[in-house]
This record gives sequence, structure tokens and C-alpha cells, in this order.
Amino acid sequence: MQAEEKFTYETWPASPEKATLEAKNKFLGFWLFLGGETVLFASLFATYLALKDKVPNAEQALAKDLFELPLVFVMTMLLLTSSLTSVYAMYHMKNYDFKKMQLWLGITVLLGLSFLGFEIYEFNHYVHEFHHTFSSSAFGSAFYTLVGFHGAHVALGLLWITTLMVRNAKRGLSLYNAPKFYLASLYWHFIDVVWVFIFTVVYLMGMVG
Amino acid sequence: MSTYAQKKGFGATIWDYMTTVDHKKIAILYLIAGGIFFILGGLEAMFIRIQLAVPDNNFVSAGLYNEILTMHGTTMIFLAAMPLLFAFMNAIMPLQIGARDVAFPFLNSLGFWLFFFGGLFLNLSWFLGGAPDAGWTSYASLSLDSAGHGIDFYALGLQISGAGTLIGGINFLVTIINMRAPGMTYMRMPLFTWSTFVASALILFAFPPLTIGLFFMIFDRMFGSNFFDPAMGGNTVLWEHLFWIFGHPEVYILILPAFGIFSEIFATFSRKRLFGYSSMVFATVLIGFLGFMVWAHHMFTTGMGPIANAIFAVATMAIAVPTGIKIFNWLFTMWGGSIKFTTPMLWAVAFIPSFVAGGVTGVMLATAAADYQYHDSYFVVAHFHYVIVGGVVFALLAGTHFYWPKMFGTMLNEFLGKITFWLFLIGFHLTFFIQHFLGLMGMPRRIFTFLPDQGLETGNLISTVGAVLMAVAVIVLLINIVITSVKNERVGNDPWEDGRTLEWSIPSPPPFYNFKQLPLVRGLDAYWLEKVEGKKGMTPAEPLGDIHMPNNSILPVVMSLGLFIAAFGAMYRTEHAWGLPVLIGGMLITLLAMFARSVKDDHGFHIHKEDLENDDDKGGKA
Amino acid sequence: MKEFIHYIFLTLQEFFTKEGFLKAMKRLANWRLLFMFAVMSLLTGCGENYLSALKPAGEVAQIQYDLMKLSTAIMVGVIAVVTVIFIIVVFRFRRKSDDEMPKQVEGSHTLEILWTVIPILLLLVLAVPTVAATFKLADVSPMDKKDKNGKSEALVINVRSNLYWWEFEYPDEKIVTSQDLVVPTDEKVYFTLKASDVKHSFWIPAAGGKMDTNTDNINKFWLKFDSKSAEEAENVFYGKCAELCGPSHALMDFKVKTLPRAEFDRWVKDMQNVKKPAKPETATAQQGQEVFNKSCIGCHAVTPANTTPEKARVGPNLSNFGERERVAGILEHNKDNVKKWIKDPESYKPGNKMTGKYNLTDDEIDAVSEYLMGLKVQE
Repeated sequence: MQAEEKFTYETWPASPEKATLEAKNKFLGFWLFLGGETVLFASLFATYLALKDKVPNAEQALAKDLFELPLVFVMTMLLLTSSLTSVYAMYHMKNYDFKKMQLWLGITVLLGLSFLGFEIYEFNHYVHEFHHTFSSSAFGSAFYTLVGFHGAHVALGLLWITTLMVRNAKRGLSLYNAPKFYLASLYWHFIDVVWVFIFTVVYLMGMVG
Repeated sequence: MSTYAQKKGFGATIWDYMTTVDHKKIAILYLIAGGIFFILGGLEAMFIRIQLAVPDNNFVSAGLYNEILTMHGTTMIFLAAMPLLFAFMNAIMPLQIGARDVAFPFLNSLGFWLFFFGGLFLNLSWFLGGAPDAGWTSYASLSLDSAGHGIDFYALGLQISGAGTLIGGINFLVTIINMRAPGMTYMRMPLFTWSTFVASALILFAFPPLTIGLFFMIFDRMFGSNFFDPAMGGNTVLWEHLFWIFGHPEVYILILPAFGIFSEIFATFSRKRLFGYSSMVFATVLIGFLGFMVWAHHMFTTGMGPIANAIFAVATMAIAVPTGIKIFNWLFTMWGGSIKFTTPMLWAVAFIPSFVAGGVTGVMLATAAADYQYHDSYFVVAHFHYVIVGGVVFALLAGTHFYWPKMFGTMLNEFLGKITFWLFLIGFHLTFFIQHFLGLMGMPRRIFTFLPDQGLETGNLISTVGAVLMAVAVIVLLINIVITSVKNERVGNDPWEDGRTLEWSIPSPPPFYNFKQLPLVRGLDAYWLEKVEGKKGMTPAEPLGDIHMPNNSILPVVMSLGLFIAAFGAMYRTEHAWGLPVLIGGMLITLLAMFARSVKDDHGFHIHKEDLENDDDKGGKA
Repeated sequence: MKEFIHYIFLTLQEFFTKEGFLKAMKRLANWRLLFMFAVMSLLTGCGENYLSALKPAGEVAQIQYDLMKLSTAIMVGVIAVVTVIFIIVVFRFRRKSDDEMPKQVEGSHTLEILWTVIPILLLLVLAVPTVAATFKLADVSPMDKKDKNGKSEALVINVRSNLYWWEFEYPDEKIVTSQDLVVPTDEKVYFTLKASDVKHSFWIPAAGGKMDTNTDNINKFWLKFDSKSAEEAENVFYGKCAELCGPSHALMDFKVKTLPRAEFDRWVKDMQNVKKPAKPETATAQQGQEVFNKSCIGCHAVTPANTTPEKARVGPNLSNFGERERVAGILEHNKDNVKKWIKDPESYKPGNKMTGKYNLTDDEIDAVSEYLMGLKVQE
């Protein structure tokens, strides 16, 4: 099966993300990469738990003072929804429906962007209302590093998906780019899963104190 | 090879190596770069031993000594031992599983260049205000206290080269899982491939904690965070944990491939298959698994309490069991065999008592209560040099002699090889055996001098004499390499004549596509099986056809260079106005190169069947 | 796999019937005995009484030394087995002709189980005393037992490590000293450990293993000093910093003076009685005191009371400087060395925090040295 070959709905393979050897390698390699990323975030979570509420003096804000449920709930919903829309996109990719895939990916990107917007607002809020900064305490360093690392992943994911959409806009699907779309969406799911843990460990557990 | 003949000329060769994605050429790059760093690290070791030859010596100053000892450890572990192992993994592993290349040739190149630029960055510290001076472990309170940019070079340099290692690990894993030739089942894989597999898995899971630890250190030193500042709520023990969660698996990342190399050598020169192959595989996997459970035995004196100390002590002892299994399996591979004492085999044979000595002191160190005495004394120095030199360096030197003909198509001189061996072996034991006792007699490690009349003079002098012998041995090896390269007597597929695995069934060095036709593997030691049945080579598993090959690319160099530049920006950001723009600029270079890689289609090219038919198995050019 | 074991036995038998090998083995056995003897004598006879972990001078060091001996014995056993097989293999199975083809063997389950189970048993033998000793050495519960005055029933000493010097505070006795730790013999002494700048590690090899002084938390442990061993070491043990802490890590030594309980109590009394700095006895010393009070007293106290807060105690307490074992922990204790040290501390302890904090003429240094040498609390 050639990577450059043109397909129709009928000839498009059932698992285009694993149809060639290159694709199989990418598929496996990316899963392994996500395994490494999991350890990376696990280290960040462990650090956050160790340094949570560790501040130099009593004037510093603690987790229970900072977080507000409505804001992070909206952010969580946005990211969860974007994960769902990327699933739709992959459904259409598997059915060789390029336009619908692009449409759903576009919605995913918009949802991701609004998540990022909220996150920027959130950080700004903590800095200005609570003087809770990256340098104000070990707690601050751990919080911004963990959530910021996730935020950077979101930004990179958005950049990646957008690049793929623009690059392939005129070319349609092939066995060369289908694995790329698939992996980008896999990455997006991973980001979503990490957020679920952040939501639980940082925000929910933070609010109960 | 008419169509694909290489351009001649020095510049063209350099360009070829900078852009290559061929695993065999990348292996040579790793060998050269790792070899240079090995010599640098060796020089640093010599300075250490000269300084400690006599009490109250002033050959180097106190501050400089700390820089030397830090760079010795860091260089040897990250820039010499691992890259040299990567050289053999790259050169041999794809051949052993009957693959035409690794799974991600482009990433393979990227991995090398990241390592190279990271190592270069780290070593530039010597010329830019001083090297890191907090030990290779760089414990947080001291490393934050350290003035100048030394520690910044350490954190940023290791971050860059660490990324390269991680990429390499993923690449090897996918290669072994997806690219095996027909019939090459998991339980038919040579042990070097198995150990590469397990070591790569360890890399995948052990390097991220280091990455995080280094990020914290970079942030604390350069961007105002407070992870390790107790006054701001931070905690320095956090660094110790993150470092050793990486650091302990790291020693297995080093030793397992060494075990793999020795397993190949024992079987080859005993003319016997590896004794207890499946238990060897099992032991390798088990060591890799247990390697993650024992990191805190480096921290027995940190004050974790008796419960944690006891658990980690017992867990550590458990590792002795699979390691013992391996030792006995090697001995019984030789038992009843027909042993030929070639240079690689001498190293392998000498490895057993040397490594056993290091292994048993490892068990002694695991007894937590007694470790309070050993910890941070010269006993520990002796222990880890016994395992890392007696295990890893012996394996690297054995591998160099063993695989040299496969990588370069010519044999290293056996006579000189044996001289290297004896000098190094005697020097090694002379240097390190006595250090066990120095430690027990009260000599702490990492001291730049010792005072007279504390009973430490004789031991230190003996140790220095041994180090000189090792240095001479390495010089003999270098002379050997030069002589061999000048003579350049070509050898055939199987120069040791007892080759057992697939790499010996193809020309030395192999053509750039490795296998004209993928071989059919019928069992463990596939090539040996065919030879025993009187066949000349492997049975092909496919008809002769077009071979798909990847294109060369300069982008890996550009991406790594970008990070290299960005690291300078990060370091000088607060001191110079150009710092921030350089940081952003460097990141942009990397990002743009990634972008270029992403949007530019790279379908590779095909070697046509007709060209393959004309190619007369002469082999490629190294 | 029975066949294979049988085969090994046959080979072994053959090995021993061959006269030459027999001789070789005999010689080897002699060598091994000699080697074992050498190792054992090294283990028992190594190093100086005041420094070596191989000359245990108290209960902790003894427990650790016993563990060392047990583990060494087990390990020498393992090495012996490996060595015997190794030597047989290397001599017996050399290739004689290029076309010989050995019998192909895959493995032996019996053997493999054997060399899995035996090491596990050996390790159990080692693991049990290890765990027991680990808990025993970590037992600092007597520290928390307070009498009705709120004092610990056992002697507690707070160790504070600083860039290249040590402070020892006796909280219940309310006194502070530096560089020379004074302890009573034949009783458990409890330590709390912490660092004031970077991490160090507190190690008195002859008395027992080390414990880190952290910047984040306080560690606790205990040591014991036997009067008999103390006598052999002339009542002074050497202490070391065991954790890399900067350029002068190698020079961060301290001394431990051991005294019988009664003498220790007297020392404590004498220290407590020093309410004012010791009076200078000569005119030069008098002048030295004036210089000291101008230039040095900001960092160095000359009264032993622990009334000033830790943060203010930035340099070693010098109340009993005249009775120290060493100048700056490393130089022989005489006035000449004190002068040299004050004149140029950087050349003796690179990176120390004292360099450049004062500006004294040679005469002033001479006077200060005289003054310091006269600072004594005991008769």
C-alpha cells in the first residue's frame, strides 16, 4: 500500500492510522511517548502534592483561598467537549470524509483556544488578586509549573492540529497524513485526561483543603 | 552501487554525516563523540588521581577540583558510557533483528545531535566562567548556592542531551517491536537486542523525572521559582528523590546493554548457545523492573526513617538474585564449551570476577544500617567504579574490539588489544580495590585533599599508580585504532568465524540497506543454525524487490542547534540585554525546523531491483 | 537435565584426577587461604583508632561492624564458589583445535533453580539482622522522655553545620561550643542535626555511621563512645563532613573529645560558669581583646551561653578556643597557626565565609591571636 496513493470511500482501509509500516511505527512510538509523558506529569503531580500550600508566611494565599469552582468547571467542560469533537473528527477521517473531519477539528481548535483564554484569565486573576505568582512561594512555583506545563501542551496541540489542517486543506486525506491527524487527536485526548487529573487533584482537592 | 555512489571530498563527507539518517553512520557518530568525551572524562580522572596521590597536594585548587570531579562523573555517565552504548545499539541491534534501519531514522539523527549539542554546551562551561561544581548528583542546596554559571551549564546541557536519549529510547523500542525479520520472535532475539529493549524501556520511564528535576533547577536558578528553597516553602529532598528515581534506573540503563554485549561474546567464543537463554531474558526484565523500586537506597542517610530504609534495603538485596542468575548462566555457557581467548573474550572473562566484586559490595551497601558507614565514603566510590568500569567500560572495550570489524570492515590488532586488556585490568584493580579500605578507614568521597597522618597515604598512592596504568592502556587502544585504520585490511562477513547472529551473515560493513533480501529466521542464533547445517548464508524470506529508504536531512542539526542557542539565552537572560531575544530566537529556530519537517512531505526513495542485482555484495563504505 | 549435572560431575572428577590440575588447585587453595587471611587482617587491622570505621569505638559502630563482617563472610562465600567454577572453566575448556565442536546444551532447570534459591536464602540471612539493626539505630525515643523540669533524660546535642565549621549546642545545659564536640563516654548521646546553609553530613567513622544535616528538616540519631576505645584513641576522635558542600568540603573536620561522665559534668559546669569573656592575661592579649571586640565579635561569641538566636551565631563560638584541638579544624593548635589563619584564611580553607570580613594589621593579628589562645574555661 503506497502512502501517496489516492483513495475512494470504498478503497480507504478500516484503520488508516496503521495501514503502512511507517504509520504502525508512528502509532506505537507515539503511544510510548505518551507513556513517558505520563511519568513526566506524574513527577509534576508528586511535586505539587509535596509543595501544596507550602508558603513562606501566613499572608500568602493557600489553595482553598484561590480556586473557584465555576471557572474551572467551565474550563473542564470546554476541554472535555473538545475531546469529544476530536473523536467525531477521527470518525469522519476513518470514513474518508475529509471536509467533515476538518470541520470537527476546527471546532476542537476553537474549544481549545477558549480553554486557553480562560486559563490566561485565571492565572492573571491569581497574580493580581492574590499576589500568588511563580516566585511568591514554593506552592506558587509548583502550581504554575504543573498547570502551565499542561497549558503549554494545549498550545502545542492546537498549533499542531492547525498546522495539519492548513497543510492538508487542498490535498485531502492520504495514508501519509491520516496517521498524523490520528496522532494529533490522540495527543489531544491525552491532554484532556491530564486535565481531568489536574481538575481533581489541584482544584477539587484544593477546595476541600 | 553506481546510482547511489557517494560524493568524495572531506566537506562532502562531513555534510554526509551531518545529514545522515543511516543507523550505521549514526552509530559511528556516537562512537566518535562518545569516544572523545570518554577521553575527556579520563583526563579529568587523571587530574583527580594526581591531586590525591599525596596528602596536602596542590596540583589543582579546591574549587577547580570540585569542577573536575563533577565533570568527570557527568561526562562519563551521560556523554561517554551512554552514547558509546548507543553506538553499539545503533550499529548492531537493527542488524541482529534483520531490519533495514531503525523505525525512525530521522529521529535517530535528531537524538544524536541533541546529545552532541548538549554535551558540547556542558563542556563549553570550562571556557565560559567555570564548570559545574556540585557533583554529578548536583544536590539542590549546594547547586543553588553555587556561584557563577556552572550549574546552569549542567542543568541546560543535560536537559538537551537528555531529550536526545529519550528519543533514542523510544526509537529502539519501536524498532524492536515492529521491525523484526520474518521468524524473529521475541524469544529468538539475541540477548544484546533484549537488553537494548529493556534498557530503552528504562530510558522511557526514568528520564522524565530527571527532565522535571532539571526544569525545577533551571527555574529556580534562572527564573525565580522556589522549588528547592526551604525559606520559601521549598524542599531540597525533592531533588534527591527526583534525581535518584532517574539515577538508579540509569545504572541499569548502562549495565544491561553491557550484559547484552558480554552474552554475545560468551556464546560466540565458547561455540555454545547461551546457557539458560529464557532465564537470562527473564532476569534482564526483572532487573529492569526492580531497578525502579530501589532508588532511595542512595538516600539512607538523608533521614527517611527506619521503615523506608528497611523496605528499600530488602528490595535492593532482591536485585542480587537475577544478577546472580546471569553470572552463573555465563559461567555455564563457557562450561563444556570451546573457549577461544580473543581480546573481546578476555574482557568478557575478566568481567566476571570484577563485576562479582562490584555486585557483592552492592549487597553490602544495601544493608542500610551498615551503609551509614559506607555512604559517601570511598567505599562507595570503589563500589560503583567496580560495577561501572568492571561492567560497563569492560563491555564497551570488549564491544569495540568485537564489533569493530562489523562497523568498519577491518579488525583491530589482537596483540595490541591484549596489551590494552592486561594493562587496563591490572590498573583497574590497583586503582579501585584499595579504595574500599580507604573508605572504611574514614576517607569521605569528593574531597580535594586529605591531611597527612590519618593512615590514608599508601592507599591513595597505590590508587594513583593504577590510574596511570589505565591511562596507558587507553593510549595503546588509540594507537591500535590508528594503525588498524591505516592498514585497513578488509575482512569478510564473519571475521571471528564463530558469529552466531544475523549481523555476521552480511558484509562488513553492511551495505546501506543492510539486507538485500530480509532473512528467514529459524531459531535462536539464526546464522549459527544455518552454518551448522552447512549453508553459507541465510535463507531469504522475500523475493528480491525494490527497497524503500529514507532521505537524508539537515533538520536534526538545525533543531538541536536552536536549543543550543536558546540555552545561552536562558542562562544570560538576567545579565545581558541580548539574553531574552537569543532565548526566543533559539526556540524559534527549533520550532521552525519542526514546522518545516511537518509541512514538507518526506516519502524517501526506492532502490530499484536492478541496481540491487548489480550490487555484488561488496558491502558499503564506513 | 540430569544428564547435564552428571556431565558436570564427570568433568569435575576428571579435573581432580589429572595430576597437574590437582597441583594447581592445591596451590590455588593455598592462595585463597592467604587471600582470605589478608582480607580479614585488612578488615580488622586497618586505619587509625581515632578515625577508622574498622576500629569500632562504640555500640553503633560495633553493630555496623558486625553487619559488615556478616555480609563480607556471605559475600566471600559467593565469591569463592564463583572463583572455583571460573578457574575450572578458564583452564579446562580452552579451545584445543580450531574445528572442535562442543556439545550443545540449552540449560538446566535444576541448576537454575539452585542458583536462584540459594542466593535468596543467603539474602534472608542478611536481611533479618539488617532490618533489626536499622530500627535499633533509629530509636531516638529517649530524647522525648522529659523529666519534670522539661529536660531530656538523655544527653541531647544539637549539631548545626555551616560552611566549613560545626556548632554544638547543649540545649538542656544551655551552652554552645564549636569545632570540638565534647561527649561523655559509655552512655548514649543523642543528636539533632541540621544545616544552616547547604547540606552537610555528620560523620564520626570510629563511633558510627553518618547522618545528613539537611536544610529542610531536623534529623535525629544516637552514638555511643566506649571508654576503652576512647583511651586507645587518646580521647579524641576525628569527625568529618561527608557530603560535598563546596570547595573546602575536604577540610570541614571536627574533633570529638570524650570524657568520663564526672569529668564531662565538670566541663559543663565550667562552661556554664563563664558569664563574661575570659580575662586577658598579658598586655598584648589585652590589646587583642580590644581589637577582637571591634572587628570580630560581630560573628564570634566568647561566652558559651546559648542565649543568642541561631541566626546571630554566624561564626564559631570561641569561648574555649585556647583548649581546642585544631585551628580551623585542620591546623595544629598553636599561636603561629592562629596568626596564619587570621591573616589569610582563604589559603587554608578556600571559600570560607570569614575571608575579607575584617582588615587587621600584622600587629593586631598577633594581639588577637594571643588573646584567643588565652580563652580557656578549664583550669
